[in-house]
Amino acid sequence: MEGNIAELGQYLGAGLAAIGSGFAAIGVGNVAGNFLAGALRNPSAAASQTATLFIGIAFAEALGIFAFLVALLLMFAV
Amino acid sequence: MASEDAGLVFKPMDQFIVKPLFGGDVIHWYTPTNGTLWLFVSVMAVVGLMVLTTSRRAIVPSRGQSVAELAYGFVYKMVEDVTGKDGLKFFPYIFTLFLFILCANFLALIPMSFSTTSHLAVTAVLALAVFVTVIVVGFAKNGVGFLKLFWLTSAPPVMRPVLAVLEIMLFFARPVSHSVRLFGAIMAGHAVVKVFAGFAQITAAAPVAILGVVAIYGLEVMVAAIQAYVFTMLTCVYLKDALHPHH
Amino acid sequence: MATETLGDAAGKAADAVGMPQLDITTFPNQIFWLLVTLVAIYLILTRIALPRIAATLGERQGTITNDLAKAEDLRAQAAQAEATYNKALAEAKTEVQRISAAARADIQADLDRAIAKADAEISAKAAESEKAIAEIRAGAMDNVRAVATETAAEIAAAMGVSADAKDIEAAVAARVKG
Repeated sequence: MEGNIAELGQYLGAGLAAIGSGFAAIGVGNVAGNFLAGALRNPSAAASQTATLFIGIAFAEALGIFAFLVALLLMFAV
Repeated sequence: MASEDAGLVFKPMDQFIVKPLFGGDVIHWYTPTNGTLWLFVSVMAVVGLMVLTTSRRAIVPSRGQSVAELAYGFVYKMVEDVTGKDGLKFFPYIFTLFLFILCANFLALIPMSFSTTSHLAVTAVLALAVFVTVIVVGFAKNGVGFLKLFWLTSAPPVMRPVLAVLEIMLFFARPVSHSVRLFGAIMAGHAVVKVFAGFAQITAAAPVAILGVVAIYGLEVMVAAIQAYVFTMLTCVYLKDALHPHH
Repeated sequence: MATETLGDAAGKAADAVGMPQLDITTFPNQIFWLLVTLVAIYLILTRIALPRIAATLGERQGTITNDLAKAEDLRAQAAQAEATYNKALAEAKTEVQRISAAARADIQADLDRAIAKADAEISAKAAESEKAIAEIRAGAMDNVRAVATETAAEIAAAMGVSADAKDIEAAVAARVKG
């Protein structure tokens, strides 16, 4: 299997970028966990804050998606 | 990813290939493709969900009519809660986006179907439409005052220019994250299902692979609904910025 | 993400598109049909579905409001009926009390009259009896006196004392009285 160094770099970079998705998962878990902790303390206020929860999750997830995008670009577009 | 020895063939991306529906190789801008077919099916799904079920206009709703009314009430309340009363004139627009994404996501889960929302061209158009709407509405409603969105009066004065640059960058990152989130979630889910299905080529691993497909499929059902919700919710949030740029 | 195998990549490098999503040649086609779809859905929703659902929801809201008002009316009516019933009940109760008191008074009067009559009869009988007793007692005393006088006269005769009948009578009367 003779490959070229650029292809190797692409795959390595894509794999490294995938680590970013894992960190985004930590961020999303953080948001959801803190929301749950707060919601259990004050369940009556939880329903009104689900929108904020989803926005927070979306923003945390966005950065993971950027990492995923970088991986995709390395794999297919470069 | 595949080892040549086992003869495993993974083609997780083949499901996303756009093919002309009636033969031929060239895809002109008007050529009906498999994507077109499933876009049409999603229109039919919307018609079935929102028009056929409500044709009786019953005071006591049937099951289908309840679903249509629930979807209506859900999005209506979301728009009202997030953007306020003056955002309600965008309700049909937002509801269109929501229904299209929801139907497309769920239809994409049908085996052998084509997932339209897993295409960057589709999601980018959706997100850019929202982005352009926000800018146009923002400037039309607030004039130059729309730029106050980037000028955080709650921050210390020294920090404000720096934050303004950051805010502007974030603002322009919005359509990217908005579109790539939907596209990424749907595409990744479908590709993972295909990868798991690929492992079923090894007889010993087939049961595990099939279990994996089932699990991921269940997750995808959830993701389909959540991504539609998140896309709609973020549309509302961005519209709120256009209507009320003061933090 | 997964991709075509490395071995394949060499073999079919010519038609390898990588990600179909990044194949720019399909973009105009997809964008065109997407716009058609969105416009179709938008028109379907705004022309047919949304007015219909809004009308149905409004109608239902109206019906619910009407029904609630009706229910409120019925409730008021029921409350009124209950009040009327309670009033009638209270009236009936007082009536019952009045009637029973009257009946009791009547009975009491009858009873009193009967008792008085009985008392009068009893006292009349008692007086009569007392008179009879007194007569009997008087009769008895007379007999006693007569017997005593006779006996005294006999005793006096037996003892050979002549005594005047008058004296004996007087002596007996004095003893008997004592």
